[in-house]
Amino acid sequence: MGLSTRDVLDIQSLSDDDIALILDTAQKMKEISKRPVKKVPTLRGRTIVSFFYEPSTRTKVSFDLAAKRLSADAISISAGSSSIVKGETLIDTVRNLEVMQPDVIVLRHSSAGAPHLVARHVDVPVINAGDGMHAHPTQALLDMMTVVEKRGQIQGLKLAIIGDIARSRVARSNIEGFTRMGARVVVAAPPTMIPKGAESLGVDVTHCVETAIADADVIMMLRIQKERKAAFLFSSLREYAKVYGLSTQKLKQAKSDVLIMHPGPLNRGVEIASEVADGDYSLILDQVENGVAVRMALFYLMMGGQRNAED
Amino acid sequence: MLKISGGRVIDPGYLDGIYDILVADGKIVDIVANGETTEPGGAVSREIDASGKVVVPGLIDMHVHLREPGYEYKETIATGCRAAARGGFTAVCPMPNTSPVNDRAQICRFMQQQAEKSGVGVRVYPVGAVSIGQAGEELAEYAELKAAGAVAVSDDGYPVSDDQLMRRAMEYAKGFDLPVISHCEVLSLVAGGVMNEGLMATRLGLPGIPNAAESVMVARDIALCELTGAALHIAHVSTAESVALIRAAKNRGVPVTAETAPHFFMLTDEAVENYDTNAKVNPPLRAETDRMAIREGIADGTIDVIACDHAPHSVLEKEVEFDAAANGISGIETSLGLSLSLVQDETIDMERLVTMMAVAPARILGVETGLKKGSPADITIIDPGAVWTVDRGRFISLGKNTPFHGREIQGRAGMTIVNGQVVFDGLSDKV
Repeated sequence: MGLSTRDVLDIQSLSDDDIALILDTAQKMKEISKRPVKKVPTLRGRTIVSFFYEPSTRTKVSFDLAAKRLSADAISISAGSSSIVKGETLIDTVRNLEVMQPDVIVLRHSSAGAPHLVARHVDVPVINAGDGMHAHPTQALLDMMTVVEKRGQIQGLKLAIIGDIARSRVARSNIEGFTRMGARVVVAAPPTMIPKGAESLGVDVTHCVETAIADADVIMMLRIQKERKAAFLFSSLREYAKVYGLSTQKLKQAKSDVLIMHPGPLNRGVEIASEVADGDYSLILDQVENGVAVRMALFYLMMGGQRNAED
Repeated sequence: MLKISGGRVIDPGYLDGIYDILVADGKIVDIVANGETTEPGGAVSREIDASGKVVVPGLIDMHVHLREPGYEYKETIATGCRAAARGGFTAVCPMPNTSPVNDRAQICRFMQQQAEKSGVGVRVYPVGAVSIGQAGEELAEYAELKAAGAVAVSDDGYPVSDDQLMRRAMEYAKGFDLPVISHCEVLSLVAGGVMNEGLMATRLGLPGIPNAAESVMVARDIALCELTGAALHIAHVSTAESVALIRAAKNRGVPVTAETAPHFFMLTDEAVENYDTNAKVNPPLRAETDRMAIREGIADGTIDVIACDHAPHSVLEKEVEFDAAANGISGIETSLGLSLSLVQDETIDMERLVTMMAVAPARILGVETGLKKGSPADITIIDPGAVWTVDRGRFISLGKNTPFHGREIQGRAGMTIVNGQVVFDGLSDKV
């Protein structure tokens, strides 16, 4: 049994069974990274090409390691070193790549919908590694995996997502993923950061962080982009930190075993206090660790892996 | 002599019935009850059987982009005129956002010369720029533009952001009886938006453009219109708020007119799903409430004109990332067919449609129209029953960018006649 979809463009691409299969497979993959020899031959002879048209450290390394641990040949290209600087169109770039026979294309792009465009023009399966403000499905999958690991299931939990919901692909994918898996999701942000029609995504909307975290099982803080100040989305980092940041003070009002997540990179002292980021219930590094496992699972399932194959 | 027999002849306010029209030397020489002989006689060299068809004053699309000079790979004046003829239009008004910008007499004349040279026959009435280079800094020379054939001024494609420049442009244009066509868009509210702000944009993760980006400037322009008394025409109205503002202004006698495009009464931002760049247009396709408000504005006369904002682009500009794609729809060959749906669903009657697509644009621009003895024989024969499927591959326009590809439409142009010459014949030829 593989995935029901050729491409993983967003969480909407995946069925509920797909999500369950990926999380289950990822849990098995995780063990490989803990071995002394962190490599299995499963995808030997397969080729994965990753394009990062936008800067990334965590996600890029995570995809690269995932490929290497399964013995696939992985090549990653970033915008500065690709022909895009010579004016080649995205479609031309991927069509040229396609004839070199990769088995999967991974794409990170600043334009929402770029992976959809690529998927329409090539026959190679495409994984979206983040497109503009639209989607970041592997992030949502690793976040779901992390919560399942700690709580056994997502069904019945309350997730509070706090930050610039309107401009966050992480928020969009997690809203879709967590609500699909049976969680209640509340988003909290100043009104400048709430997208139009947010309620129709199936979430509760509040402008009060205290309200959002009151009975939350999981709190997910989003990175505040400092340059957004120029777009009048908030007054000052100081005020943002005070009103919308997650401090130990605010955390006292949450459940005592609440889980704290953040997709990184952190702005310590802005959206999250250092003591909170490094605190007992912080899953921030677990998220990163699980990112490799989730991406290994996706590669495995997309390249014809069987549920009961070795590992 | 050309004889158009047995059609339902409509000249809004004057004629509606079954008549024969006789044309000679580029003019309408007589309109008689069907079958009556006519005096003075003369040999009928060609008789067109228009029974079952609707014969109307030549349609005018007062808002098109013909891309020449400068962007001939997207469209040329020749291809644009041929496409217009097929769409049923006897005249089109090319906007000035060419390269160079049509901000001077030479470009105006060049456009008309290219139209002449093309041999198509469709009339080209250029729209000159409000400001030099459409840069929004200095007034263009309106007297020169008018003398060279310009029928209006507009910085279409760009808003006139400077309030004082807009005020003076309206006053100055008034001195030459030129209407000012305003592309209403507050750029600081657009703020990088690429589609309508709403649920679809939220889902797709694309930055949205709020309705207020249009209506704030519509309100400003109406205020300046009241201040100056100049003729103001609001281009491509897309929002419910704009319709309400224009309706209120008209009710208190402000000399404002307005147009909308077929895509605004046919589609909503749902068409952008799957990042379809053929549905990317500026102003953007809006919400269903806006679409319904546009239809109400059409029905009650708030919106005077249907103009398609024909904006041909090549695949180079459309087969790219959504936010990098050019705005615009190649609409001249589908405009009439889509607009006829307003008659079929009884939003308006056929006479009002003819008013919106022929008489009103002519009145606003001060050009001739009508089916009267002695007037130029610019005539469109509408085939209201023809059922056809939009196939962008068969567009004459070089721009194949349409969100209507594959849509079945009832009604289209049967024949287009300019100055007595048949410039498109879809009745005898297979099209």
